[in-house]
Amino acid sequence: MTYHFDFSALLPYWPEFARGIWLTLQLSAISTVLGFVLGTLCAIGRADGSRWVKWLVAIYVEAIRNTPLLVQVFIIYFGIATLGLHVSANLAAVIALVINVGAYTCEIVRAGIESVHKSQIEAAECLGLSRVQTYWHVVLRPAIERVYPAVTSQYVLLMLASSITSQISAEELTAVANRIQSDTFRAFETYIVTGVLYLLLSLVVRICLWLFGLAIFVRRRKLGTAI
Amino acid sequence: MSAVVSLSNVHKQFGSLKVLDGVSFEVGRGEVAAIIGQSGSGKSTVLRCINALETIQQGTIDVCGHALHDASLNRRALHLDVGIVFQSYNLFPHLTVEQNIMLAPVSVKSIPKKQARELAREVLTRVGMEAKAENYPEQLSGGQQQRVAIARSLAMSPKLMLFDEVTSALDPQLTGEVLRVMEDLARGGMTMILVTHEMAFARKVASKVIYMHQGKVWETGSGDMLDQPKTAELRNFVGGVSHDRAEASV
Amino acid sequence: MPTFSLVHLEFLLTAAQWTIGLSIAAFVGGGLVGFVVALARISDLRVLRIAATVYIQLVQGTPLLILLFAIYFGIALLGYTNLPPLIAASAGLIIYSSGFLAEIWRGCIDSVPKTQWQAAECLALTRWQRMVKVILPQAARIATAPTVGFLVQIVKNTSLASVVGFVELAQAGKLINNSIYEPFTVFMIVALIYFAICFPLSTWSRSLERKLNVGRR
Repeated sequence: MTYHFDFSALLPYWPEFARGIWLTLQLSAISTVLGFVLGTLCAIGRADGSRWVKWLVAIYVEAIRNTPLLVQVFIIYFGIATLGLHVSANLAAVIALVINVGAYTCEIVRAGIESVHKSQIEAAECLGLSRVQTYWHVVLRPAIERVYPAVTSQYVLLMLASSITSQISAEELTAVANRIQSDTFRAFETYIVTGVLYLLLSLVVRICLWLFGLAIFVRRRKLGTAI
Repeated sequence: MSAVVSLSNVHKQFGSLKVLDGVSFEVGRGEVAAIIGQSGSGKSTVLRCINALETIQQGTIDVCGHALHDASLNRRALHLDVGIVFQSYNLFPHLTVEQNIMLAPVSVKSIPKKQARELAREVLTRVGMEAKAENYPEQLSGGQQQRVAIARSLAMSPKLMLFDEVTSALDPQLTGEVLRVMEDLARGGMTMILVTHEMAFARKVASKVIYMHQGKVWETGSGDMLDQPKTAELRNFVGGVSHDRAEASV
Repeated sequence: MPTFSLVHLEFLLTAAQWTIGLSIAAFVGGGLVGFVVALARISDLRVLRIAATVYIQLVQGTPLLILLFAIYFGIALLGYTNLPPLIAASAGLIIYSSGFLAEIWRGCIDSVPKTQWQAAECLALTRWQRMVKVILPQAARIATAPTVGFLVQIVKNTSLASVVGFVELAQAGKLINNSIYEPFTVFMIVALIYFAICFPLSTWSRSLERKLNVGRR
């Protein structure tokens, strides 16, 4: 049997695709920022918190890293509803993505913190820097600079993984694609186009994070080392 | 005397940096040639060129009948004739000492395992390492690893052996044991070219000393040349080295 | 309305076996394809290198969900309308795993020092012998920890096979929830079962990594 590909049937839907892309980008951007803050705080807690904090963070990280995002999304979406609160699918999606990527960020940043030499901290203390100053200048910034490539890959994966929130009908790109294919009966074409759009998106995210890295890490820029 | 190695007007550049600038010399059968010179003089590059690990831009290199400057060079055939020992040993960490030595004879020359094992024992005995056949490289000292590396090369019965600063990474007390093995090889008639910082060793063992400076063969002669340098550069070089290194070993 | 009972738990555990089965299929299939792609990625032939790079970028740049949908509907277009969802699910997961394993393994092969290639070449070993006898055994040692780590990703991502109607653990959870509507309980139990599969693998991967770091001085 032969099948005639017909991508033109999708043309009228471009505003919907655009809306889906926009929401995917919003979801990713918000989760990236909040997830990074959450993950970094957890990493600090994991490295230098009290015993209780260390344990709590460890449980959080292991629980998230050893269960599928899809199930996490369901638990959060339905769990909030069980509590009697009503949240939109989009908000539930953001919460789930933040909690998810926070755990991965925690592990990455922690590895960075552990790679900072003790002698660096001693040197800073000998110069009379306060604990907070030491942490910020000598531990955290170099640590993040070092693990930035891993962080970048993680956030590209996050953008791709946001497609999973279509399963609770968050209106991002994949959900849009699902609706378009049922309208047009051009499922294969729809998903090919969507795949290409995601490819472009991952390129865009990569470039944005690269530029951001250039702006933040002055030393790297001056030395010309790759980020 | 037929030349095992002959270089003629060899030029090599890394980008705009001239590393070899018209190098010519010959090494005959059974000769031991020591290449000396400051770091950056091109001495290691020459050695790597002789084993086709580097390509040259101009000139000719003939090694054991192989024309290295020729595009149709059979690298495997060349490597069958030429053994090399590196500064960083480069033993295979996942194999025992014995397996390190047996690997090439078994897979390249298709020597039966049992025979290859005997061969391994034989070469290990020559370098005084027969007791460590079952050990892994990381269990050995640097000097011991280097002796195994020499044995690994020997097992392929090369016609020519190259030694690239083989004692530079070793403590002075470990240097001696490696140099003794090399001296035995030289006495046994092996054709050898070594890049070295060990002036006393060069003086004692080398039949030909090649002093390189700024990518050129600056001075060449027998071991005695080191006692009566003709050029100011060699005089400086010998003076500088003998103070900090040469007497420490052998 | 019925509540969560032992019958449901039994159903979930049966579905978990499908999760494991699908994971194994994805790992074995993805491993075979990924190994070939990794070799192509470092091949002497430019064409192969470019093809492998493009393949890896494509797989890593699109969501698995979209890949699964495309394969599911693509197979239907070819006229196989009655194929079990298992086929589409495995195909999708194999492609996904191969793209990531290829890149992980290429990294491991690259991290074997270049001097090992050189030493092997100077002993007159052929390119193939160098690869098989010298480089790959060392790369394999480096690769075990990240490979086991990736196994966890595979297990978690089999949950997406539910979108093509394959009844694995996540889909079983959805089905039970549709009948009893106790989403929190059901998905918490589902999560626990995933955890029970993944956590030992994660721990194993970490201990492998620690051992390797101790061994490498």
